[in-house]
Amino acid sequence: MTKKLVIIGAGMASGRALEHLLKEDPDWDVTLFNAEPRGNYDRIMLSPVLAGDKSYEDIVIHDSAWYEENGVTCRFGEKVETIDRAAKTVTAANGDVLEYDKLLIGTGSKPFIIPLPGHDLDGVIAYRDLEDTELMMSMTDQNKVVVIGGGLLGLEAAAGMAARGVDVTVVHIMGHLMERQLDEAAGYLLRKALIDKGITVMCSANSKEIVGEDGKVKALMLDDGTELPCDLLVMAVGIRPNVALAEASGIAVGRGIHVDDQMITSDENILAVGECVEHNGAVFGLVAPLYDQAKVVAKTLLGEEATFVQKDLSTKLKVTGCDLFSAGDFAEGEGREDIVFRDPARGVYRRLVLEDNVIVGTVMYGDTADSNWFFGMIKDKTDISDMRETVIFGPAYQGGAPQDPLAAVAALPDDAEICGCNGISKGDIVAAINEGATDLGAIRAETKASGSCGTCTGLVEQVLATTLGDAFVMPTAQPMCGCTDMTHEDVRRMIKSQELKSMAAVMQECGWKTSCGCHVCRPALNYYLLADWPVEYQDDPQSRFINERKHANIQKDGTFSVVPRMWGGITNANELRAIADAADKFDVPTVKVTGGQRIDLLGVKGEDLPAIWKDLNAAGMVSGHAYSKGLRTVKTCVGTDHCRFGTQDSTGLGIKLEKALWGSWTPHKVKLGVSGCPRNCAEATCKDIGIVCVDSGFEIGVGGAAGMDVKEVQAFAKVETEQEVMDVCIAFTQLYREHAKYLDRMYKFIDKFGLEWCQERVIDDLENRKALVDRFELSQSIYRKDPWAEHVEDKAETYQPVANLTLEAAE
Amino acid sequence: MSEWIDIAALEDIPQRGARVVKTAEGCVAVFRTASDEVYALDNSCPHKQGPLAEGIVHGASVTCPLHNWVFDLATGEAQGADEGTVATYPARVEAGRVLLDAERLRGRVAA
Repeated sequence: MTKKLVIIGAGMASGRALEHLLKEDPDWDVTLFNAEPRGNYDRIMLSPVLAGDKSYEDIVIHDSAWYEENGVTCRFGEKVETIDRAAKTVTAANGDVLEYDKLLIGTGSKPFIIPLPGHDLDGVIAYRDLEDTELMMSMTDQNKVVVIGGGLLGLEAAAGMAARGVDVTVVHIMGHLMERQLDEAAGYLLRKALIDKGITVMCSANSKEIVGEDGKVKALMLDDGTELPCDLLVMAVGIRPNVALAEASGIAVGRGIHVDDQMITSDENILAVGECVEHNGAVFGLVAPLYDQAKVVAKTLLGEEATFVQKDLSTKLKVTGCDLFSAGDFAEGEGREDIVFRDPARGVYRRLVLEDNVIVGTVMYGDTADSNWFFGMIKDKTDISDMRETVIFGPAYQGGAPQDPLAAVAALPDDAEICGCNGISKGDIVAAINEGATDLGAIRAETKASGSCGTCTGLVEQVLATTLGDAFVMPTAQPMCGCTDMTHEDVRRMIKSQELKSMAAVMQECGWKTSCGCHVCRPALNYYLLADWPVEYQDDPQSRFINERKHANIQKDGTFSVVPRMWGGITNANELRAIADAADKFDVPTVKVTGGQRIDLLGVKGEDLPAIWKDLNAAGMVSGHAYSKGLRTVKTCVGTDHCRFGTQDSTGLGIKLEKALWGSWTPHKVKLGVSGCPRNCAEATCKDIGIVCVDSGFEIGVGGAAGMDVKEVQAFAKVETEQEVMDVCIAFTQLYREHAKYLDRMYKFIDKFGLEWCQERVIDDLENRKALVDRFELSQSIYRKDPWAEHVEDKAETYQPVANLTLEAAE
Repeated sequence: MSEWIDIAALEDIPQRGARVVKTAEGCVAVFRTASDEVYALDNSCPHKQGPLAEGIVHGASVTCPLHNWVFDLATGEAQGADEGTVATYPARVEAGRVLLDAERLRGRVAA
């Protein structure tokens, strides 16, 4: 007897199930409903259609001839309204009631639309079906489009439209693209590739509102106030199993329609397949498991034994021409280790995550040729202890002797270009070596090779090594830390020359050996990035030492010290009263007058910090940055205000300097002093910058210190006006910020670069002085503000324990 | 039998950071790595009792803010030349919530 099968949804999964079923037993009477006015086509190929590489006809899986040949009754463009399980019927939108023996639900998934204000405007679409694709294809180089969502679908939509010349901006809420499939480093490379294609990529961007005009989308507004004009807005933020019909019929649903291993729902006559199902807690979006399900569906309908088993999944993708691969579990975890390989020149990144000498996960970008080999090892749980050293290079490097990198350089022809910036070939370098340039510095001086961006430094050294043989000793420059072979200077040169504006960018382009750095390199990188790219780079509190993260000095017992700023060492009764009140209120055990002319409240508990700051803020006081690599104090004497020897207003000048410089981050701490006469009561001559007032003007000294080393300042300049003092001090501080190694005090910086070098740039070249001042001011437009007030406002909660179990544990 | 208790949302702990949970026997630091793994350790360095929750988190390690001892978050063992171990407690993430094992937290003194 012919059995009646009704299928709801003509997608790829139900289509495949139908193929399997009718091949084995063509005797079924099949009715196929589809809400879309067409049959089964390959949704995965919508991207090539969008990009113009394929047409809709190319991606049709079942055409009308196929349905006819197989005797399938097609009801396309028709929805099923209800399922009556007791009567075993479905009711179509036009009122037709159809009986079934078996019902297969393949309703797929629905795109998730963020309920932003304006989400129902015209021109706000998802990326799901042919209609969406056609709308996107109607965009031209005269149009702007915003895509919300930096996952696979969003990026394919963006790239497809960008290929048509459309001005596309991708807005992604997370810190890096495709965060489910990729780690931060691979996400960085992908972002770079998209930017190269002319796509604007905004990460960590929160959408706030869709702005419309006459019912049509006009712009997307972000929560920081940025407005992105657009003619079309594509939301590609995820999909949800489409369970509405199934749920209304009363069968069991969770996130998806519950099915057992035979793909049968809680009703024995109803099966489900595809993106709408939930099996053992999992829902599915990739095609491979859906096709496995389709096989099981067909067998179950035929009355044969079959079981759907979830398999390990890998994702191998080509997003807009960029090869990516991820598989297994690539999170850090208990007893896990990373092996990281980066080839900055080729834009390649590979990371293996090992547990007990077995690869448990991998992320690859740029070169995925060996991905199957790695995936095989993940599935087989291959013990890799014997090839640990070379496994990351892939199968080609196993079993033989490890490759000698020098051999490759030795084999290069003489005309091979080594330094791209300056067009220097290997032959030029060898010639320079033969004429007596036997170290890197000499090569740089003779040929300029590696003198510009520095990327080829390693190659130049290898040319030296192969040419000189044993006579060449690799320089023992101290690398920044164990994560890299590069020195602070190399890294900083790369940050500037390659315009590296994020930590992920630095770690990739400089070939970091770890996935997220360490406590030595991260604070340094954070400083270099914010000093060199104040506008573009976002300060990363998690890469800061605790004192700078919590804006207070940690003490040996884990409590903190709080030092409010006293501009130029001047205070008043109100401030002192507020400090006294705070000391009482928060049980501050020690109150001390510091050497920097202000008051230190020692022994404040971490959770009290926001509250004590709030009280001090209320009395008009701000953070003294006594904890920072930044401006600490400007110590002054009373100058002409009161002193009979004073020659200038040293207090007033000190306050002006402090108000200009406070809040700025520097490589190490910076202390200033302004003395009103050569008697030097403010001890200005042992400060990083010390000003001694004289009758005829101001003597500025730099590079003093009174710490581990005691240094007297070196005479830097003598100027006549307060304005010149300000400009010289600010310009010199900026020079230090731009060039010094992290954690070098000013005197060390001067020792390395030379006092004259500094004077040329700050004193002699007035244009350069102005440029330095301007760059300092740009940075200060972001950083010259009270971090205490900000934390009281936004972060007070983070200073408290996240949970309190003292009651729980006492029970 | 372990008894999991809900401590906080995963988002309450910054990536590459930590927050503290108060217990009757002192504080436990709950860490979150760059890849959203969570770990719970005593918030006290065996060297000079530095508050580990305030340290810099890198990979699955934390550096003590007082004297830069580095600990493996999974095992609690000091890395490199330093010797010492911090007690660890079972922790996991479920549906975006951080869970700790209450049984083990209560047994802290005995353990």
